[in-house]
Amino acid sequence: MDMILVLEWVIKSILLILFGITGFAYTTYYERRALARIQTRIGPNRAGPAGLLQPVADGIKLIFNEELIPAKADKVLFVLAPIITVLPALIIWAVVPWGTSITISGREIPLYLADINVGALYIMAVASIAVYGIVIAGWSSNSKYPLLGSLRSTAQIISYELSLGLAFVGPIMLSNSMSMVSIVEKQQETAWFIVLQPLGFVIFFLAILAEINRAPFDMPEAEQELVGGYHTEYSGMKFALFFMAEYIKMIAVSAIAATLFLGGYSGPWVESIPWLGPIYLLLKIFILLFVFIWIRGTLPRFRYDRLMAFGWKIMLPAALINVFLTAVVIMFLP
Amino acid sequence: MKIPELLKVNEIFRGLWITFRSMFEKPVTIQYPEEKRPPKPRFKGRHALKRYDNGLEKCIGCALCAAACPSDAIFVEPAENTDEERYSPGERYAATYEINLMRCIYCGFCADACPTEAIVLEHIYELAYLDRREAFFTKEKLLDPVPDSGRETPQAVKPGLFNRSIPEMKDPV
Repeated sequence: MDMILVLEWVIKSILLILFGITGFAYTTYYERRALARIQTRIGPNRAGPAGLLQPVADGIKLIFNEELIPAKADKVLFVLAPIITVLPALIIWAVVPWGTSITISGREIPLYLADINVGALYIMAVASIAVYGIVIAGWSSNSKYPLLGSLRSTAQIISYELSLGLAFVGPIMLSNSMSMVSIVEKQQETAWFIVLQPLGFVIFFLAILAEINRAPFDMPEAEQELVGGYHTEYSGMKFALFFMAEYIKMIAVSAIAATLFLGGYSGPWVESIPWLGPIYLLLKIFILLFVFIWIRGTLPRFRYDRLMAFGWKIMLPAALINVFLTAVVIMFLP
Repeated sequence: MKIPELLKVNEIFRGLWITFRSMFEKPVTIQYPEEKRPPKPRFKGRHALKRYDNGLEKCIGCALCAAACPSDAIFVEPAENTDEERYSPGERYAATYEINLMRCIYCGFCADACPTEAIVLEHIYELAYLDRREAFFTKEKLLDPVPDSGRETPQAVKPGLFNRSIPEMKDPV
């Protein structure tokens, strides 16, 4: 393996992680501004021009916060939990294709970190790891509210992971591949999979809402009932890591939803100008993030039993029907 | 058949439309330090001591405000007026007048008790201070500036001109 390839990977990884962290900071800003507009307020507009330095101010504040570890907490797990939560959110980016490839000084550089042939499976696997962080955080805090929060989280993610996995099956069957790159290429050939898989997209969207603990499925953190849920006992940078994981995952699942159902980086003229690929993907992420925020600003939290009933009695059968119908259509309409 | 509540999807979209619509309304936020909302006419803020048009202080040092004050925030020390050094009509004036704004509850009983309408709760609400001593509002801070038609107190006046402490009001309430 030549050194330049390694260097290329290192540079791309650093760029992706930087994108994740900056994206996290500005998603919080985006969310606060958009929620404020929904509530006919203005939102943070003091720090810097139009409040653009607000995330920086928040970050500085969190760094200088006192870090408390409860006396009876399991210290090793307590410190480990935020790291376990944030890492999957970052490494999930590896398989998201940002475009075809660009040429810099005679060297063709593909705009994705890894085109592994089980990309969709990798996403599923990595996304599921994050729940361990939440469970460990709740357990190691040795406090009742975080424990309740993490218990809810476990039950919720088990219920919705099934539908999520089944929603992945639609695009995989249609493109006959698990690689994210070929899923996008297939969508360029035919149509965006949201057209071919409308039910699949709806199921996928609801499942990722539950997967990343966003409203109206934000059971594990339910501020009103659980005082913040699993991260009640956390402060300072450790709390910031949970926050970061939540928002980076929000961006990541937007990117995955865009890749699987909204054509990923594809758009007009993307074949001739490869630089448009990342722009299109960012645009789609931006719109999906808005939908997340919009839903958060509108819908109240589900009741716990209804959350479970919805997951098992509606989402799972619908996802199974979707998989079945897709399979039948592929079999008989080649 | 009754539609299960979980399937009432149109309600969700109705809610989403309402929140989306409200994004284009004018924000209700008032950008406070730059933009101030005028207080309501009957708003009770910090006190002020009033003057007559000729510059004499309305306060006659009777300390009825201090007596009426439920939180004991007002301290009045009266002194005698003379025609050479006249502060207010009548015999006495307030030599010291202090309001402790840490105690004041802005009930307005002092203004109700005042026989000369000297003390009034104004629309001043920016009362933050960095030092506890700044919460004691002395007479100098409370007293209104001298109007254009009047002179600074103490005034030297003709004897017998201001014998009555409470001037005859045109329209006593």
